[in-house]
Amino acid sequence: MSKVISEKVEKVEQLAKSIYRMTIKSAYISENAKPGQFVNVKCSEGINALLRRPISICKVDKDRGTFDIVFQIKGIGTEYLAQKTATSEVDLIAPLGNTFNIDAKHEKIAVVGGGIGIFPLLYLLRELKDVEKRAYLGFRNKDFAVLLDEFEANCNVLNISTDDGSMGYKGLVTDILENDLKSCNFDIIYTCGPMPMIKRVVEIAHKNNIKCQVSMEQRMGCGIGACLVCACKTKKEESWEYSHVCKDGPVFWSDEVIFDD
Amino acid sequence: MTENKPKMDVNIGGLILSNPVIAASGTFGFGREYSKYTDLNKIGAISVKALTLEPRQGNKPPRIAETPGGILNSVGLQNPGVRAFIKDEIPFLRKFDTAIIANIAGNTLEDYCEMAEILSREDIDAVELNVSCPNVKKGCMSFGNTTAGITEITKEVRKHLRKPLIVKLTPNVTDIKEIALAAEAEGADAISLINTLYGMAIDIHRKRPILANNFGGLSGPAVKPIALRMVYEVSKAVKVPVIGMGGITTGDDAVEFMLAGATAIMVGTANFVNPTACVEVEKGIENYLSMYNINDVNDIIGILELN
Repeated sequence: MSKVISEKVEKVEQLAKSIYRMTIKSAYISENAKPGQFVNVKCSEGINALLRRPISICKVDKDRGTFDIVFQIKGIGTEYLAQKTATSEVDLIAPLGNTFNIDAKHEKIAVVGGGIGIFPLLYLLRELKDVEKRAYLGFRNKDFAVLLDEFEANCNVLNISTDDGSMGYKGLVTDILENDLKSCNFDIIYTCGPMPMIKRVVEIAHKNNIKCQVSMEQRMGCGIGACLVCACKTKKEESWEYSHVCKDGPVFWSDEVIFDD
Repeated sequence: MTENKPKMDVNIGGLILSNPVIAASGTFGFGREYSKYTDLNKIGAISVKALTLEPRQGNKPPRIAETPGGILNSVGLQNPGVRAFIKDEIPFLRKFDTAIIANIAGNTLEDYCEMAEILSREDIDAVELNVSCPNVKKGCMSFGNTTAGITEITKEVRKHLRKPLIVKLTPNVTDIKEIALAAEAEGADAISLINTLYGMAIDIHRKRPILANNFGGLSGPAVKPIALRMVYEVSKAVKVPVIGMGGITTGDDAVEFMLAGATAIMVGTANFVNPTACVEVEKGIENYLSMYNINDVNDIIGILELN
């Protein structure tokens, strides 16, 4: 059950030029959140950056009663958010959205993430125990490659690609995945990131008969399923319908989503 | 400070509301999502997400863009259709002590009349005629932006509707008073305004509009001064009650609209940011009344004096 809740910021760290990690003290959210879920954060007082910003949860520490979000500055909302300090309070609606499917039958899993889409996957990796886990992460260049030590610590094999070759494989992260699939298999692939990457991951998963879950992104209004702006085209019987990322998602099975909008 | 709670009930063309705060159509769904965060019993009425005769999927995403002090939306009337509303949503909403206003939108005059006929037999409290949605190609706004259109639709719907009729006006017209007078002349029991202002937002990096539908409706605090002026003009022109809306976020905003002539007010965009906005606005109006020792909210309606 999500709540409107005001919580204290514990720490804000700059991880890269425009990427920040915020640790927030919240017994409620750390107790109730699950991998895949997000928080809807009010970034400012007053009417600038009017809407809340939906940001995925990256880590939960139940013992300390804290959770982390990682975000990139993309506009005035995230700019305000990055200016918060350890004394600030943040107004949140959380935890929101559905969760990644975690099944004890899965023995070998992969996560494929691109850019700022990697953070909900890190939360998932942390929560998956006794599973063989491989991570495939793609970035524009090495300056955007953050939290790699944490990925390293939470998976068996970490693969990195960059568009410019400044770190890891030069090219698409999906090329590494496709190549690996010649010699190994997965029970499920989870993906989050830019749409072209998601589409390619889904194609690869379907071709190899691997179950796949995608975490979708769309511009949101309320975040709680009332305003209906964050539409995502999904299959419905013989036809289709617009589901909503905030309420029906953000996680969808890859064969539910119609990627033609 | 008065010790007693001020009298908050208002009369909207025969519909008595326990207080003047109404959740605006399109911003509150059918109340279900908000019931998890706020007490629906404390809201005077809920104007539900616009209903069409058949289910509609709405427009392609993105459907929203944030703009200074506001938002631009182009949902395109996604809704489950009037029959699903009757079956699934009225029984849910009736569990609460709040009036139900069915907001209806159609492609054709016949659609509106059929929905009016269907809803007249159902347990709802009023119908709000949505003739001002800027986000659909056919119908809807084309009725709302001319005097002839509003005259025709109000007259025809009135013949089929046996409930209080609220006509919701678009601000995207030359003279909103004329349109309001036409609705009143054809039997509207109340006028609500303003719907969203037609607008645009551009992604300069992609060199394209942010909304997939290119244009959309602007709402939020940014539109409040325009809304307030129009509510003032319309309430001076017509005798029926006026429901004011446009950027109301606080009790003080609501009081401005009531002083300008609104008998009730609607809270819209603010719900997206703050799920308890309606209840806070109601409390804010009460606080204002207490501050000035006014014991009936009706005593502030239209008492504005111009300089």
